[in-house]
Amino acid sequence: MNYWPLLGIAVIVAGFALRFNPVPVVVVAALASGLLSGLSVGQLLALLGSSFESSRMLLMFVLTLPAIGLLERAGLREHAQRWIGRLHGLTLARLLIGYLLLRQLLAMLGLTGVAGAAQTVRPLLAPMGEAAAEKILPGFGDADRDELRAIAAATDNVGRFFGEDVFVAMGAVLLIQAFYAQHGIELTPLSIALWALPVAVVAFVVQSLRVWRYQRRLQRRAAGARGEAH
Amino acid sequence: MLRIEHAYWLIALFLLYAGLRNLRERRPWHGAFWIVLAALFGGGDWVLAQRAAGNTLPAQFAGGGVVLLAVLAPRLKRMAHAESRSVEQRLQSALALGHRLFVPALLIPLVTLLVALFDAHLAAGGHALFAAPQMTLTGLALACAIALFAAARVTRAPLQQGFAEGRRLLDAIGWAALLPLLLAALGEVFTRSGVGTAITALTTAWLPTGSALACLLAFALGMVLFTVIMGNAFAAFPVMMAGMGLPLLVHQHGAHPAILGSMGMLCGYCGTLLTPMAADFNLVPAALLELRDPYGVIRAQAWSAFWILAATVAMMCFLLFR
Repeated sequence: MNYWPLLGIAVIVAGFALRFNPVPVVVVAALASGLLSGLSVGQLLALLGSSFESSRMLLMFVLTLPAIGLLERAGLREHAQRWIGRLHGLTLARLLIGYLLLRQLLAMLGLTGVAGAAQTVRPLLAPMGEAAAEKILPGFGDADRDELRAIAAATDNVGRFFGEDVFVAMGAVLLIQAFYAQHGIELTPLSIALWALPVAVVAFVVQSLRVWRYQRRLQRRAAGARGEAH
Repeated sequence: MLRIEHAYWLIALFLLYAGLRNLRERRPWHGAFWIVLAALFGGGDWVLAQRAAGNTLPAQFAGGGVVLLAVLAPRLKRMAHAESRSVEQRLQSALALGHRLFVPALLIPLVTLLVALFDAHLAAGGHALFAAPQMTLTGLALACAIALFAAARVTRAPLQQGFAEGRRLLDAIGWAALLPLLLAALGEVFTRSGVGTAITALTTAWLPTGSALACLLAFALGMVLFTVIMGNAFAAFPVMMAGMGLPLLVHQHGAHPAILGSMGMLCGYCGTLLTPMAADFNLVPAALLELRDPYGVIRAQAWSAFWILAATVAMMCFLLFR
């Protein structure tokens, strides 16, 4: 057993811990692992190049930028904020939990590309969330804004991750089925996807509770601020 | 027929535009970075086709391009361009346009949804508009183009303004946009160089394999840890299953294979919520939302990941060995 390629992991850990720019850290780690496993420089460059080219779909989100940029210039975020500010029944927790449910259900139908950080969180969910938080706590600062945006992005991720595994034609389910089939165990995709359902419910409950507790925290701070004013 | 390659060419054109604008504004490092990336995107299909035909020279050049990007990345200072309009101007425009602003923004998810739902029917009738591989993403690219035209119409701005604004956002994201692709390539290199098998060999040497619970905990935590390292549960799954899941849990302790596979994969997903290596879910959104802390999204997710993982492992304890 050749243990030397593990040094690539050490490069990653050290690079992230020392807060170097991640791009060269990742490339150096790949070069280190590859060379230590005995690949030649030519083979390694070809492997790096072709796997980079095969994952180009990961940059697809940049195509949303011109339309989103144009709309933001015309006041999309400001309008989303004003609109949410006027809707009295729509609290921060209801907004985020509603989005979480929708995102999970869409992912369960295999529609993961429909929403996302670029498509829905930046232009819509984050500004709406900010407006809903302003309603609770008027003096909402920059640090609060960062935290709220991070929670919106986290809600989007949790909804997507713990919805998509319930969809039978999703990569994850097919990967599990293919692995077992290779090793002589035949399973139907449905029997695998079914067991992702309880975890999906747990994820929904956990994230909803965390969003609700965040709202409670804002409400307490608002009450505290009002108390001081008296 | 629309294929995913057409979307890649659109991305290449947009990156080229961003690069040339930066060169003209005397920001040579930004310019060079986006132009090299545009070349990698435009030439990607040719590189992959040549490699499939047995000629690895173009792929080696692409690998050289990736190394060049890594050299350029630290020189990109993340300086946000000034917003082209003040808050007051934007607010006024928001008041004038109202809900019409939502239409193009919602067209992006809506058109993607329609393509995903209906093209399978068209394909069954022999009239497929979209090639089957990556159909949803091809639909997303089409949706973005339609949304851009709609946005230009609604805001009565020229299309060019859209490219300029898009490029402003792209420069604000900077090198973080590249990380997901690099990490995918790193995962491939790790797999090829046997990092996974080395790790499972090390773990199983220390494990009390007679205890089903110890094996389960090691498997679940291994999925999390390995996903944190690789940035992707898909890469961790075959390694952990071949090293521990199948020989120890299924064969030795009689675990239910469907539950082990499904919930084991989801343990890995909890790891995805925790790692900067899953850049497309954790670092790119932080850059897109202009958070000052690049790890802000991971911080917001950490406790959710912990509780979901704890509940999943508890469920596995009860369900696996019945």
